[in-house]
Amino acid sequence: MLFIKRYLLPRIVQFLVVIFVGITIVFFVPRLTPVDPVQQVISQITSQGAFLDPAAVDALRQSLTEMYGLEGSMFQQYFAFWARLFKGDFGPSLFQFPIPVMDLIMNSLPWTAGLLITTTIISWIIGNILGGLAGYFKNKAWAKTLDNISMVLRPIPYYIFALLLLILFAYLLPIFPSAGGYSVGRRIGFNWPFISDLLIHSFLPAMSLVILGIAANFMTMKLIVSNIVAEDYVMYAKAGGLKESKIAFKYVIKNGLLPQITGLALSLGQIFGGALITEIVFSYPGLGTLLYGAINSGDYNLIMGITSLSVIGIAGATLLVDLIYPLFDPRIRYR
Amino acid sequence: MLEAFKELMKDGRFRFAFIVICVLAFMSILSFFSPYDPLRWNVVPRDRPPSLKHIFGTTSQGQDLFWQSTFAIRNSLTIALIASGISRVIAIIIGLVSGYKGGTVDTVLMSINDSFVVMPLLPILILIASVVRENLNMVTLGIILSLFGWAWDARVIRSQILSLREREFTYTAILSGTRTFNLVVKEYFPFIIPIIFATLINNMIWATGMEVTLAILGLSNTEIPTIGTMIHWAVNYQSILLGYWWWILTPVIISVFLFVALYLLSTSLSEYLDPRTRIQRIGKAKE
Repeated sequence: MLFIKRYLLPRIVQFLVVIFVGITIVFFVPRLTPVDPVQQVISQITSQGAFLDPAAVDALRQSLTEMYGLEGSMFQQYFAFWARLFKGDFGPSLFQFPIPVMDLIMNSLPWTAGLLITTTIISWIIGNILGGLAGYFKNKAWAKTLDNISMVLRPIPYYIFALLLLILFAYLLPIFPSAGGYSVGRRIGFNWPFISDLLIHSFLPAMSLVILGIAANFMTMKLIVSNIVAEDYVMYAKAGGLKESKIAFKYVIKNGLLPQITGLALSLGQIFGGALITEIVFSYPGLGTLLYGAINSGDYNLIMGITSLSVIGIAGATLLVDLIYPLFDPRIRYR
Repeated sequence: MLEAFKELMKDGRFRFAFIVICVLAFMSILSFFSPYDPLRWNVVPRDRPPSLKHIFGTTSQGQDLFWQSTFAIRNSLTIALIASGISRVIAIIIGLVSGYKGGTVDTVLMSINDSFVVMPLLPILILIASVVRENLNMVTLGIILSLFGWAWDARVIRSQILSLREREFTYTAILSGTRTFNLVVKEYFPFIIPIIFATLINNMIWATGMEVTLAILGLSNTEIPTIGTMIHWAVNYQSILLGYWWWILTPVIISVFLFVALYLLSTSLSEYLDPRTRIQRIGKAKE
């Protein structure tokens, strides 16, 4: 019972607070700025050269106001926004009218989720094992080399790194395709040609996420492990003549992984942002590219939908990682 | 001060970072003596590869890349300084209040704080930038970034205050009638200032990264030359496909140097400020 009260409940409350703060920002930001989205859309349409008589403009204004949920007072709008959110209704896309925003998002979501989940897991595992070993064997030459490499890679933003990989492997050494999620004209299906095509196309985007992810995990894990190595119980294990590899993996790295699970939960939002950007660089057909298209066409509904859903999605994923944590740390389970 | 600098210069990472930052700072000062107006197009021949006359080459817009990048570095650093300066103020206030008051105030502030840590900030910033778009000059961009970049550092400052509050001198000060404000400013600030400096550099890395990202997406004022807008134009004009490698490579390499130098600066500084690692280093020097 204490476990639920001390561990589970605060996490769930935090999950709700994140969603509340995030959605409130998403709701109020566009309304606090002097820009009127309705007027923006109307002037966009009229600037494209189409002539509209005043009555038609009024009708358009009314329907747009209704669609944006801009009717009534701020409070009514705010509650209506939540009500629509619960139904998963973000209205129709403005530039691919009348396809609902939700449908567009659902089409892109599997691509992003696939890329994000695989790269995060791979880079977390590899980065932590390498970082753990490098922290344990601090004075070996290879550990220092790895440390120097990841020190240079770590601060480079996702966009710049993806661009470098693109220049290197798609133009200078044309091994990998430079854009897209699969070859043009290939039929989507569950067969080997399609899957291999899919893997080749997602190789570069995945690589840029994985390499930067490994560098980040490597640095923190190395720091954690080099602190654990100085603990008494490690000294005791060494004095007791345990095998070096057993001490490294069972005693040191295993313990170092615990804070890294919490670290993963905290950095999911950042990793997600990186994935969006990487998708845009490689024109990978996920949420990032959808968002980029929405920015370019001024599809305001779509931007709102993607932003709201990513707040909810990342908050949910963070909660999930927090809920898994007790499985690995018995101290929390038996408190 | 000079002593600390000498000690830091023994660290190879700090030396490298310091030299790179000096070169970049020198370039941004050079922008004041630029022979060209950064906002005007077709002032030099177009699409020239690097040569003696144009050492970084020229763009398809007829701009000299070297002089353009001097402006870009200056503007990007300005935005980063505005953003991280303001967000430091927010972080200090939230951290101080939360750490010193404790109780319900602390719980509420920290759960809002943690929301900002966990939330995916990029889509939210994109939403904001796409609404303000036309009005997004350097100052407003800096302010918007600062409103989102304080959370992590507020937590760091709070935990420092929590440990200071339990120290003996706090009780001595309170019992001898020092006012809370004086206590915080006179007694706590000396402990917090090093943390503020270390987090300032980290926050500048974050702010520059966000500025570059928003600019590349075309969401800031693309006429102002920054590192981000330079990449934006290079990508927009298909410079990679057309083989004008010098155009895209100039801002990319500058940004890599900037990010790596700032990061090395912050790691070597925070290692220097952390007495535990300093003892290790002194021990190493003796061996």
